[in-house]
Amino acid sequence: MPQQIPADSVGLVEPKIHRFDTPLELECGRTLPSYELVYETYGTLNRTATNAVLICHALSGHHHAAGYNSMDDKRPGWWDTCIGPGKVIDTNRFFVVCLNNLGGCHGSSGPSSINPETGQPWGPDFPMMTIKDWVNSQARLADVLGIQRWAAVIGGSMGGMQALQWSIDYPERLGHAVVIAAAPKLSAQNIAFNEVARQSILTDPNFHGGRYYLHDTYPRQGLILARMVGHITYLSDDAMRMKFGRDLRAGRFHYGFDVEFQVESYLRHQGEVFSRNFDANTYLLMTKALDYFDPAREFGDNLETALAQPSCKFLIVSFTSDWRFAPERSREIVDGLVHAGRDVSYAEIDTPKGHDAFLLDIPEYTKLFGAYMHRVANEIENRANDVEASHA
Amino acid sequence: MRDDLQLISDWIPQGATLLDLGCGDGTLLAWLGEHKQTRGYGLEINQDNLAACFEKGVNVLEQDLDGGLGNFQDLRFDYVVMTQALQAVLRPDQILNEMVRVGREAIITFPNFGHWWVRSYLALRGRMPVSSTLPYEWYNTPNIHLCTVQDFETHCRKNNIRILERQVINRHHRSGFLAKLWPNLFGEIAIYRVKA
Repeated sequence: MPQQIPADSVGLVEPKIHRFDTPLELECGRTLPSYELVYETYGTLNRTATNAVLICHALSGHHHAAGYNSMDDKRPGWWDTCIGPGKVIDTNRFFVVCLNNLGGCHGSSGPSSINPETGQPWGPDFPMMTIKDWVNSQARLADVLGIQRWAAVIGGSMGGMQALQWSIDYPERLGHAVVIAAAPKLSAQNIAFNEVARQSILTDPNFHGGRYYLHDTYPRQGLILARMVGHITYLSDDAMRMKFGRDLRAGRFHYGFDVEFQVESYLRHQGEVFSRNFDANTYLLMTKALDYFDPAREFGDNLETALAQPSCKFLIVSFTSDWRFAPERSREIVDGLVHAGRDVSYAEIDTPKGHDAFLLDIPEYTKLFGAYMHRVANEIENRANDVEASHA
Repeated sequence: MRDDLQLISDWIPQGATLLDLGCGDGTLLAWLGEHKQTRGYGLEINQDNLAACFEKGVNVLEQDLDGGLGNFQDLRFDYVVMTQALQAVLRPDQILNEMVRVGREAIITFPNFGHWWVRSYLALRGRMPVSSTLPYEWYNTPNIHLCTVQDFETHCRKNNIRILERQVINRHHRSGFLAKLWPNLFGEIAIYRVKA
């Protein structure tokens, strides 16, 4: 519980739900007849609705990006380091929207919600989602909120991929795309890690073909394993060495398979916490959406052609020790944008913290990201002043 | 704006595409973008400079010039500019070749080590020269490949790089009569427009 809400926090926030009754056609060929999206907003939408920023979440993410949902919250939203008054994404200047993607398990329609046709949880029958589908559903949420054009669409990791897809699919609906620690598509190694995570869930005896809701159980072990594998890829070798080294929990070897090293204890704990808070079917679906992501595919496998579609300006950021989506992967996006003649800036943050660095308060990162967002806010405000002056 | 940057911007036509190597805080790109509607990118590794470019709305890519320009296609830009960085790169010869490959023309400025003052400093004092254009000590200087106007021109001739235009200026960024007559002796800063 926060004893006192910090001054640079957006404070207490409440999620909102919107129900959509217009069917959403999906890339997999199926249609969601109706669905709900849960979202949070921070800051105030200006009169001309030009200061809205969309935050796209990463693999295990959701709508609660900043502030606290109650005074009992142990921790603020997942990107509280960057969102708040005076922070990088300054809620004094921006109206920030973050939603839980379709297929999620934190309030938006997904495998664990009730299929209105059967009255049972969707489970494995929930349609497969893609990044493109998410972008389409987010565009509809923008319509509902009266946002014609985002000042920026921002995301890290899988969120960065959504920002990239936004720029390609709705070029006229965003001014800037901020793509952090992402890649233009997954490598075979990335997909391999996702597959290990999925197999650990799919082969858990409590999975029941994805209908575990009906058996009043869930594939706990599978989820723990999946998260452990994922977590290893989010940290770097250096970050793990600095955090745990080869420290032992009891100070000596036990010559058995119980937890001995601190790193084992940490991974099991992370897996355990995750397994209690995340739905296995959602994890399967979201890792698959990552695997499918390849915006170049509909442009003859030519990334440059795909990146000729956007008209927004780009900030691409990578982290030197990120091996899940290494700087080279970000540079593929940068090169594609440069070849296509788009406006792009690129920064490579030197840090040992690995892929997860995008969520952390790293001074160089905060400074550069902040400088960029400062410019975005200035652009909006200058334009607003110009408009007002011309009306005067 | 710095006078040498002013001189460079006079050479750059309306609407040109640019690559600025070691673009610093983006002053040149911002000015050209605003006044001549140029488009392009800066390359920079200093993160304070990157932040300044972001604020100005200048496209800047974090990229080390010593890694080359392999990520840019042949003749991708009308102009490739490099001000006061030639002497600081590991292989100035290679970066020069890259500049005239990637750009239709290249504009380069560097401190002339053949200037009379530098020569006499070394000759009379027997120490590495320190001045406003060469403000470092021998041990902390980023300038690892200093050259003279003559060196540069000889190098260009040997490597089939055509010199289209030359300006030499003094520390006050003026081009005097003597500098025009004996650029290698009286020019402190050399500015060249070249192409392959």
